[in-house]
Amino acid sequence: MGILDASPRVRAAALTAPPFLYTLLLLAFPLGAVILISFMTQQGVALDTTFTTANYQRIATEPIFGALIGRSLLVASLVTLVTVVLAYPVAYYVSFHVRPERKALWLFIITIPFWTSYLIRVFLWRIILGFNGVVNTALVSLGIVDEPLTFILYNLNSVIITLAHAYAVFAILPIYVALEKIDRSLLEAAQDLGENRLTTFLRVTLPLSIPGVVGALLIVFIPVIGDYVTPELMGGPGGRVAANMIQIQFLQLNNWPLGAALALVVMMVVGLVAALFGLVFFRWLRRRA
Amino acid sequence: MTALIELKGIHKHYGDYHALRGIDLEIRKGEFFSLLGPSGCGKTTLLRTIAGFEAPSQGTLRIDGRDMQGVPANLRPTNMVFQSYAIFPHLSVAQNVAFGLRRDPRPREQKARAVADALEMVGLGGYGGRAAHALSGGQRQRVALARALILQPKVLLLDEPLSALDKKMRETMQVELIKLQRNVGITFILVTHDQEEALIMSDRIAVMFEGEIAQMADPETLYRRPNSRRVASFIGKMNFLEGRVDEAGERILVDVAGLGRGEVSPEQAPAGATPGPTTFGVRPETLSIVYPGEEPQGRVAPGIVDEVVYYGDMTYYDVRIEGVAEPLTISMKNLMGRPVLDVGTPVGVIWDEKSLVVLSR
Amino acid sequence: MRRGRLLGIYTIVYLVFLFAPIALLPIFAFNDAAIIAFPLAGFSTRWFERLWTTPALHQALQNSLFIATVTAVLATLLGTCAARAASMARFPGKRAALGFIMLPIALPEIVIAVALLIVIRQVFDLPLTNWSVIAAHTLICVPFSIAILNGAFAALDPSLEEAAMDLGESRWSAFRLVTLPLVMPGIVSSLLICFIISMDDFVLAQFLTGANPTLPVYIYSLTRFVDSLPLIMALGTILVTLSLTLLVIAEWFRRRGAARAGLKTSGGLL
Ligand SMILES: Nc1ncnc2c1ncn2[C@@H]1O[C@H](COP(=O)(O)OP(=O)(O)OP(=O)(O)O)[C@@H](O)[C@H]1O
Ligand SMILES: [Mg+2]
Repeated sequence: MGILDASPRVRAAALTAPPFLYTLLLLAFPLGAVILISFMTQQGVALDTTFTTANYQRIATEPIFGALIGRSLLVASLVTLVTVVLAYPVAYYVSFHVRPERKALWLFIITIPFWTSYLIRVFLWRIILGFNGVVNTALVSLGIVDEPLTFILYNLNSVIITLAHAYAVFAILPIYVALEKIDRSLLEAAQDLGENRLTTFLRVTLPLSIPGVVGALLIVFIPVIGDYVTPELMGGPGGRVAANMIQIQFLQLNNWPLGAALALVVMMVVGLVAALFGLVFFRWLRRRA
Repeated sequence: MTALIELKGIHKHYGDYHALRGIDLEIRKGEFFSLLGPSGCGKTTLLRTIAGFEAPSQGTLRIDGRDMQGVPANLRPTNMVFQSYAIFPHLSVAQNVAFGLRRDPRPREQKARAVADALEMVGLGGYGGRAAHALSGGQRQRVALARALILQPKVLLLDEPLSALDKKMRETMQVELIKLQRNVGITFILVTHDQEEALIMSDRIAVMFEGEIAQMADPETLYRRPNSRRVASFIGKMNFLEGRVDEAGERILVDVAGLGRGEVSPEQAPAGATPGPTTFGVRPETLSIVYPGEEPQGRVAPGIVDEVVYYGDMTYYDVRIEGVAEPLTISMKNLMGRPVLDVGTPVGVIWDEKSLVVLSR
Repeated sequence: MRRGRLLGIYTIVYLVFLFAPIALLPIFAFNDAAIIAFPLAGFSTRWFERLWTTPALHQALQNSLFIATVTAVLATLLGTCAARAASMARFPGKRAALGFIMLPIALPEIVIAVALLIVIRQVFDLPLTNWSVIAAHTLICVPFSIAILNGAFAALDPSLEEAAMDLGESRWSAFRLVTLPLVMPGIVSSLLICFIISMDDFVLAQFLTGANPTLPVYIYSLTRFVDSLPLIMALGTILVTLSLTLLVIAEWFRRRGAARAGLKTSGGLL
């Protein structure tokens, strides 16, 4: 009797095994290695494998690390906030004002930019916002400003604009899904009970879409905090974040233990923020129930 | 006569859940057999056990004398019409019907012929080229039937095949299924939760509750002589009266609370009935009302109309009788010249001991 | 519907924001000037011609194509297993196992990159090759593949396969004759999406690429030279066109699959 004749449970388990083992081998196991190496030290080209918390101490005491992590949090929070706030009305429009048979097409169009090369999109923003970029040449030639604006490239603004663009889809989709789930008769019921359009939105639609908003916040926040490409290409010297430091430790300074420790600290910060978020959301859900 | 299908002590456990609890069943060749019961009683589980999609936790299943233990569904002489019909959406109607002929060694033209014949048989002649996903519910069902019957199985299993159809279509298909079964002579096992459907179509019916067979009989016996209160209330409408069996020897003497004493025949009582308190059942159509000005025939008990429900051809009266706990429901044909009575009218209720059923407790 | 109008206008502006950068690509790719700036200098295909004569680019492209193809096949195979299992019977720990397989989406890419780099170089002391990139890309593509295929498998009536077995097919041939054709559009769509993701990825490739860079890594190396910017524009134009084509094909297949299963589609590829 082969696996094909086994009971459905066994067959389901057998099918789950290959992807599960793959993830175990290439994710769980490597993450374990990261943890291990973060307690070692780099001595020149050699790795000193004696257990030590030196890396974590450095991260805790040297102000540069704190500053970088702080900036990471700031950038990621701002980007997340901007992205989600900008995305909400779009998701709302598609869910409530687009004819049902057109919705799939709209979503398809909205997701297109997401599928085009990320690196190239970052370059394009450089071109748009640069000193001789599209925005500046346009402003100058239209006579709105006398000389090119300098505050739009190589600072936090440009990083935030680029990231908000890059992760727009991540924000729109969860909110859209949550809005789609709302029973339309609830809105009619609210209006029937004397609410106007605005109060209906505030008292019914918005609360019901909160799960989608929370999903969007998390799904944007997590990749953004790990992104080092945009800060490097758009942020200038003052725009670097913790992820840049990790990349530098690994690919330039060759101090992997320190890089690993930093990566873990960043991950823990992400986990903490997510947990905090989850907690607030959970509380809010319970209060409503 | 030997049984075509023989189940002995079949049990099925899903984890902690005991879905089938000792099913014993024999189904004869050429029979139209129904499994009737409320939702969740295990009908589908039993059918799937016969088809080979579920392995029984305990017990034996024989088809045509052969033990089916370890025989997978594809090697059993059964075919199934699924509740969802399971029409392959990527194939045409003809390809669906021909699906089971893949290993058939006959030449291509002969198989095509068989497909055409099968479609003709279910009234879908000329539909072979249609895309399967564009069919109506009734047509899908016919395709499912043709697809199963073309393999000339020993048993055709049907899992609520009519429940997805509207009332009109359902009635048409009931008649067609009966005719089809007579024509092909194949044993049919039908699962349904619709008692009317089971009564109309079957040679024999097994009524199931909670994984057990409560009663197995032909439709008439099942309707007229249900063996328990549960079966009685599941099939048709039944009035229940309290009372006792006074004597249960040669003659069975009973005393029905509020109506009086009488004698019933042994078929009206469960085998081995003993004297003592019991429940009686009586169908609404076996009772009748004495209209003002009519001569009462048989035994009459005085009562007062408590509720009137008018159905057009019939009127259902609930009549309260002193000494009877619940008002008795009585159905009356609305014959010419018979007015519909008002609530509160005093009437006489005619009853007959021959229409009583003594129910086991 | 004043509010609807305002929202509509806002949405259009937002879409312009989303698409404007991409719209610039062809403009500067065909612009006859080495500096990326307005006003435009006239039409030229010389940047495309230069792409044609850059061997390093061809090598990178070849690498990326190889990596993306292998990744797409591997990830779709693993994704098919998981999606099929998801639609089947429960077993203890099933939800946890499937959730764990989806985990790579929920982690910053840099963490995955770092982890794999350490394992490959430090733990096993293996060289970085195209296969290290493939391993990483497969890891992050499997969740996408599952997300696409889940829909396809969940939409299937479980009794279809049983019906095939009831009609005499073995379990394997029932899968091959009924389930596989019905989920095939989803599989094609998954292959294409995984291919796009792998072709586009920069972070994992930068950490794990061997002696030969992938296309994005090569593009990144070009950014240091100002005069190669138009070249990037030309390359970007080609890549975006390719992505779009694959995307449209993928979406077409996905919808065809849904239509076959008799479903109304809604939602995009995510
Ligand atoms: N695979 C399974 N795992 C666990 N429990 C099951 C499984 N299949 C059926 N059951 C349970 O067994 C019981 C009987 O199910 P079954 O499908 O046979 O009922 P049924 O009589 O066909 O009902 P219905 O009329 O609703 O179709 C139900 O309570 C059901 O929940
Ligand atoms: Mg059932």
